Amino acid sequence: MDSPPDTPNPDRREFFKKASAVVLGGIAAAVPIGAGVPLLLDPLGRRDTAGAAVHVVNIDSLPVDGTPRKFTILASRKDAWNRYDDAPIGAVYLRRLEGGKVQALNVSCPHAGCFVDYASASRTFLCPCHNSLFHLDGTLAQKSSPSPRGMDSLEVEVRKGSEVWVKFQNFQAGHATKMARA
Amino acid sequence: MKTLFDWLDNRTGFRKLTREALYENVPGGSRWRYVWGSTLTFAFVIQVVTGLFLLFAYSPSTKTAWESVYYIQHEMTGGWLLRGIHHFASQAMIVLLALHLMQVVIDGAYKAPRELNFLTGIVMLLMVLGLSLTGYLLPWDQKGYWASKVVASLAGATPVVGAAIQKVIIGGSDFGHHTLTRFLAIHAGVLPGMIVLLIVVHIYLFRRHGLTPRQPVRRPDVAFWPDQVLKDSVACLAVLATILFLIVSPRLFSPDAPLGAELGAPADPSEQYSAARPEWYFLFLFQFLKYFPGDKELWGSVIIPSLVMGLVFLMPFIGKWKLGHRFNMGLLLAILIGAAGLTYLAYAEDRQKPEFQLATKQAHASAERAVALARLRGIPESGALTLLREDPLTQGPKIFARSCASCHRYDGHDGMGATPSDAASAADLKGFGSHEWLAGILDPGHVAASNYFGGTKFKDGKMVRFVKKDIARFDARQKEHLNKVVMAVSAEAGLKSQAGADSRDTTAIEEGRRLFAISEMRCAECHQFRKKDEDATAPDLTGFGSREWLISFISDPAHERFYGKRNDRMPSFGKEHQLTPREISLLTDWIRGEWATAEPVASVKR
Repeated sequence: MDSPPDTPNPDRREFFKKASAVVLGGIAAAVPIGAGVPLLLDPLGRRDTAGAAVHVVNIDSLPVDGTPRKFTILASRKDAWNRYDDAPIGAVYLRRLEGGKVQALNVSCPHAGCFVDYASASRTFLCPCHNSLFHLDGTLAQKSSPSPRGMDSLEVEVRKGSEVWVKFQNFQAGHATKMARA
Repeated sequence: MKTLFDWLDNRTGFRKLTREALYENVPGGSRWRYVWGSTLTFAFVIQVVTGLFLLFAYSPSTKTAWESVYYIQHEMTGGWLLRGIHHFASQAMIVLLALHLMQVVIDGAYKAPRELNFLTGIVMLLMVLGLSLTGYLLPWDQKGYWASKVVASLAGATPVVGAAIQKVIIGGSDFGHHTLTRFLAIHAGVLPGMIVLLIVVHIYLFRRHGLTPRQPVRRPDVAFWPDQVLKDSVACLAVLATILFLIVSPRLFSPDAPLGAELGAPADPSEQYSAARPEWYFLFLFQFLKYFPGDKELWGSVIIPSLVMGLVFLMPFIGKWKLGHRFNMGLLLAILIGAAGLTYLAYAEDRQKPEFQLATKQAHASAERAVALARLRGIPESGALTLLREDPLTQGPKIFARSCASCHRYDGHDGMGATPSDAASAADLKGFGSHEWLAGILDPGHVAASNYFGGTKFKDGKMVRFVKKDIARFDARQKEHLNKVVMAVSAEAGLKSQAGADSRDTTAIEEGRRLFAISEMRCAECHQFRKKDEDATAPDLTGFGSREWLISFISDPAHERFYGKRNDRMPSFGKEHQLTPREISLLTDWIRGEWATAEPVASVKR
């Protein structure tokens, strides 16, 4: 540790050495980490774009008594490097309403994302994971439900008098308000 | 804070450990020649850190390895930099290993009591080479695939156990999904884990026996901290700067050169890559092997390299003899000079091989194409190879070179850029059906040239006679008519390259269609064009050069719609099953210039 006696300001010199060693070593160590962090956070910069409306079924296939039926939504989808045409991207419950209208509910439970079952005996929706219960219109059927909100309704349109078109979208689970998944 | 540290120190003893780590004695003062061990450790840490980050995005299977690396390199934020650092740091490690080894041998630091230290170092050197071999395959591109195949075959040639070893390492009889999962497990798990353990042993032994000072010691001893640490830090930073420079340096020479590590075209087991070479630091072994042909190969691939490695392992013990140290220095020098010489020869040989140059050029082109297609279309589930296999721009030239270039040319070459030794005996098909191509065949000076009818029996036929005698005497008005006929016939092809002209010149094209039939132009005497003519004797020009026309023509040129009995030697590729329908359409699309082209760069999604 002893500096040669002829060196002026041995303390300052020593401090300078130590500081340089720490700074330079720190830079060298930080660069490889710094190069990896953007890649790690890359998903944050990507958006889950809500798809366009897809033709799911014709209204005649839906029971007149308003019993919901489940349909898989097929659409083109991008998964990192892969592109799929007509891949299943989710499912909806479609239910025929009065006056030729249709209700569309995303089958994912807004609690934790499990697929909700239709219980035909009680004419309710029941989530098999944590027993969240929903009315046929998707609203909560329990006073204190595991699910923070009712089932997510989707934009639906009947075109040409019979074609049911649904704009499929996923929403962030676990929140009381319905927010589009980014 | 102090209480917390006291508590920690009481439980762990970290203060003593830190003190020991930092205040290691450096006899004779800090020196630049002592930095190599630290820079190597630093390079290894870079590899562990960047490798871990890469693992977040890499997917080992034959359908996803290239694809995920493509995604890292071209789509993910900073992926090119991360991968570039990992790639060039691996090369830096090899150089630093060589320097560290040289310094240790020259300074005699391998001698007793440091034998084990030396041996652990050599074992780590071999492991780093193992990392390099396994890492080379992981991107699953053409060069990694074919170079690794060579290494696997050499391992398989080892007597008795070779075949079994090969099968275990590559996870089956041939390269596949499990080759990648196994290589990844070795590359990212087994070898780094063992190296970490050995580094601990290596550094422990180093500290136990102390640094071997460069003799004679002229200056007073200092502590490791801060003098030597500062020198080590500067050296590490220099290593890093070199790595970063290597990543960006291609841009200094060409503004659109790819940044960072190269990614070749996706591995294709059906497409031999004749420019496959190992990484530069294995080139000397590659070259060495050339001198051991046939049944002597084992000497070059296994026996001699093993004997040399054996001698290196024995260095600490040889060093005990009187002349041992000199022998070791000589051995190291001989290895380094030998390796340098062989590396030079390998490069020199490749430089003189036109086939190698061409294969390299084609490899770059197909790598670029694969990336362009992946960006343009996204990659199908079947993998990026499908993109290339269904791409006319990639397959057309290959099919042309294989099946057409023995007679035809494409812009003077065989489609792939090579010039066949035999002279062309049929037309040059670049721009076939275009205005320019048709104007050429109707030019008295060109019709019988080798790029049109020159090599065929038609050079003495009616068409050539017509062009040379009649067209040669056409007056200005007739030439104007002929030009409109050319416009009309070339519009039949519906070429992408002429779409603009075809839609602009509709009036002239209509006029040309009418002129085709007038007796003065004489076309309809032999050719059928847009209406039935039972007496036609020459190829039907209805839809001339269109996709359907060309597919039918290549399938069967001797059909009466085309040359009929007059067909000159051209095989009926489809009818005789010389080419599959798929190959014929790829060839047709390529000749017609119908392939997916990049959108303007701005619209390519990041």
